[in-house]
Amino acid sequence: MLEAEGLIGRSPDSQAYRWLPGAPGGGVAGSSPRRNGLRPLEPLRTPFHRRTSVLCESDSWRDWSGYTCVETYEPTPEREYWAVRNAAALIDVSPLFKYEIAGPDAERLLDRVMTRDFSKCRTGRVMYTSWCNEEGHLLQDGNVQRLAHERFLVSAAEPCLRWFEDCGWSMDVDVRDISEEIGVLALQGPRARAIGEAATTGIDFGAMRYFDLAAGEIGPGAGGGQVTVTRTGYTGDLGYEFWVASERAEALWDALVDAGRDHGLLPAGLLALDMARTEAGLVLIDVDYVSAVDAEIEVLKVTPAEAGLGFTVKLDKQADFVGRRALELERDRGPAWAMVGLEVDWFELERLWSEIDLRPQVVGQPACREPTPVFAPGGWQVGQCTTRFFSPLLKKYLGLATVRGEAADPGTELDVEVAVGYGRRRAKARVVERPFFNPPRKTAVDPTPGVNG
Amino acid sequence: MTAESTAASIGSGTPSRGGGRFDAIVVGAGHNGLVAAAYLARAGLDVVVLESSPEIGGATRSEEAFPGFRFSVFSYLVSLLRPEVIHELDLVRHGLFLVPTASTLNPLPGGDCLFREADPQRTYRHIARHSRRDAEALFEYKLEMRRMGHLMYRLQRAAPDELAAAIGDRVAESAEHLDVDVSAEVADIARYFLDLPAARLRSFVQMLTMSSADFLGQWFESDVLKAALSSSSIIGSMLSPRTPGSAYVLLHHYMGEVDGAYREWGFQKGGTGAVAATIARAARSHGAEIRTDSPVARVLARDGRTAGVALANGDELRAGVVMSSAAPQISLGRLLDPEDVPGDAGAGLVERAARWQSGGCAGKVNLAISGLPRFECMPEPGPHLSGGITIAPGLDYVDRAYDEAKYGGFSERPFIDMIIPSVLDPDMAPPGKHVLSCFVQYAPYELAAGDWDDGRREAFGDAVVRTLAEYAPGIEDQILHRQVLVPPDIEAIAGIPGGNIFHGELRLSQLFLLRPDPAAAAFRTPLPGYYLCGSSTQFGGGISGGPARLAALRVLDDLRGVESAAGGGAETP
Repeated sequence: MLEAEGLIGRSPDSQAYRWLPGAPGGGVAGSSPRRNGLRPLEPLRTPFHRRTSVLCESDSWRDWSGYTCVETYEPTPEREYWAVRNAAALIDVSPLFKYEIAGPDAERLLDRVMTRDFSKCRTGRVMYTSWCNEEGHLLQDGNVQRLAHERFLVSAAEPCLRWFEDCGWSMDVDVRDISEEIGVLALQGPRARAIGEAATTGIDFGAMRYFDLAAGEIGPGAGGGQVTVTRTGYTGDLGYEFWVASERAEALWDALVDAGRDHGLLPAGLLALDMARTEAGLVLIDVDYVSAVDAEIEVLKVTPAEAGLGFTVKLDKQADFVGRRALELERDRGPAWAMVGLEVDWFELERLWSEIDLRPQVVGQPACREPTPVFAPGGWQVGQCTTRFFSPLLKKYLGLATVRGEAADPGTELDVEVAVGYGRRRAKARVVERPFFNPPRKTAVDPTPGVNG
Repeated sequence: MTAESTAASIGSGTPSRGGGRFDAIVVGAGHNGLVAAAYLARAGLDVVVLESSPEIGGATRSEEAFPGFRFSVFSYLVSLLRPEVIHELDLVRHGLFLVPTASTLNPLPGGDCLFREADPQRTYRHIARHSRRDAEALFEYKLEMRRMGHLMYRLQRAAPDELAAAIGDRVAESAEHLDVDVSAEVADIARYFLDLPAARLRSFVQMLTMSSADFLGQWFESDVLKAALSSSSIIGSMLSPRTPGSAYVLLHHYMGEVDGAYREWGFQKGGTGAVAATIARAARSHGAEIRTDSPVARVLARDGRTAGVALANGDELRAGVVMSSAAPQISLGRLLDPEDVPGDAGAGLVERAARWQSGGCAGKVNLAISGLPRFECMPEPGPHLSGGITIAPGLDYVDRAYDEAKYGGFSERPFIDMIIPSVLDPDMAPPGKHVLSCFVQYAPYELAAGDWDDGRREAFGDAVVRTLAEYAPGIEDQILHRQVLVPPDIEAIAGIPGGNIFHGELRLSQLFLLRPDPAAAAFRTPLPGYYLCGSSTQFGGGISGGPARLAALRVLDDLRGVESAAGGGAETP
């Protein structure tokens, strides 16, 4: 029925309508308004779109949950990536799904759904957590802000309203999808504190510890509108995320850009974000693991521990939670798989490329998400590498891989498939601890605004 | 060739700190001296680095010349730093942090410009405004230069004498069917070189002999592009793009790579002084000791072998190995007594060192400015300010600038190669303010008329600011502080005679087996145990660490040879 109304081009596994008026390859016949009936849905715009779109000189856009998002502002993402590590970057992450969970049973619901212990989450704190189905299989990972004793905000990559509502059946709690009401900007990098301080009023950035949240106002004076700041991010660097009502989103953007002008702030797209999160060793849903609701076959399902998120599972917590019994069994048995960091060193790359008389062709490439096999040295496949890229900062070829539990100890030697020219070669890799990059400034108490922290 | 194989402990292990006895002494704590020390210490030797000045770094030096403003005083970009040095010494762990400078802007008179960006398609469009043919030719040119850079990379990996021997032996082999015993790698390089396609060999010979203007003329018609590309052919050299031999300097700068990508450049966070500090940390982590304010007066010898050094204050430090990273005028001309050299190998050494072509040609003008410069061609802030910016609007312009220096003056309208480090690294200046690092040619060591100390230094600074203002009007009013450095300053502060940034011109007469002297071309001097490891040896100048690495590996090889000859317990890999 919808197809008849012209909604062709819908990606079957996403709620996104990949139809962009006038975009090359948009491929939809008749992009003119429908003569009658339902008009095609337009791509969603984040509340910052009017700001980001004029800056996106590369015209490189990517669909993220139906929103049109900047992939890279400049034709190449290098400067945006280096801004994250050396100055500061401003990243529009508004397409995250956001749910307000409020009411006397709000904490009870979260303790029911989440693997972490929310009786220990004080107001003004953020908790990173996993949530699972009854089989202990990972559904998602995300952040939960405790805004008040009876009010939380959950941010997630995929929709989960129905899941939260069903899990809260008979509880005195409201779950509200506020995704479109709130814009989110990630301000990430060593200069983030200095910029955040200059762009807001009423927030003591020096007192904000890692995973704290605080509320204040936009701009140097009062009256700029409310903003909530969390000391969180997806880059593994010093950083903050700014949560703002959509109608004040542009004011927030302007205030941050103004404050950042003298600190080397650049707007950064999703490619730069992906490079940074890989260095930080942070896993990404649908890339490094598949949510149990999307796993068509059993073998794709993972537990939090198998996705590298075992630290979010609190089996000692009082409350019963979805998946608890399965995860207790796993604790006794040990996880079958493990998420590991892989590192291929420079001389291995030189060796591979010298076979075709080239220097390693690795620099300047964004993170690659095409899964490739991981082998025991010279032997059988023991897993897959789901994200990989050459870190220009660390000067190593890094990968996030899921491997059999017995191949997961740091120092274990494995082979990973690498494309060298048109050939596929095995490169010697080593299992290393994640994160690959973990500067003290990320978690420092009272972080210095300078870069060397 | 990795140095993993040399990591076996071959040190004597003699406790030495108090007694002034070491396994090896390195003279000079510039980046090469520090790299040499790091490699020796990493192999288990007891090493001390002796630096004459109060600070390490030599020409890789950062300084807070004015409160809140940090400058890379002399050298300013990194590209030639060898990946093997980075990885073998684990320099990232010790603080290496290279931010790429991906573009080059050449402002032109009248608000025009030539802009080469990271994105090749955009660069094509920029150049096509000047010449469509050139825009197309640039792709082919860059491919050929990458090939030539790769060729040089292969050649430079071997010590020069090994290479010569290998090529000579291979020629002999084909003539006489001799079974030659050379290392597999050297044979591989020799074969690679001899099997090169004729076109590549022709390019190689062209690069050694031609002027860069003529070389580039084979590809391009537009004067502005030729001038822009020829910049790399004159950097640090008393040459015009029209001087034969300048094409080699172009190639030298194409040898640089960042992570396998030739011709990439990076800015070290904190300035180039942070490169020296990084290497020093690596050296110390392996146990090397670094002493500043310790000028070396001469190398001591006993029984025809190196025995240590005497400091200027009369102290003597003992070691069987001494490596000097200083220029040949010092290493061969001053520190070494030819009388100590066995046989007649020392004959003429001092005289040849004195004739070494090593005049300074460049100055450095570091500016602290109150805001970003507004170039007439691109006034608004943007990516062009995080790349290189070069004032070289035409070949005639650069040639004239050279002519003035040829006759003993400084260029009134100089060639300027600048970067704005504070855009790449906000810690270099207070928020909103910036530092401008200008590498300027030409400035001779000695002026025909007047004296640098007698007002000419500031007149040179004025000429630079005047020139900048032609392209960035109003910049003169943005200047808060100014630091002007000319070749005698480079000599005085970095300890490089003549102030030549490469420790000697990169010309055919001073390359390969002739660098820096026929009797000392393979890092060994005629005095056994005394080695050279600075920019005046194989690999040449630039922050490469290449000479020091090869020299240190040579020392370790020689030590192993000595030990195994003496029946010592060293493991031979």
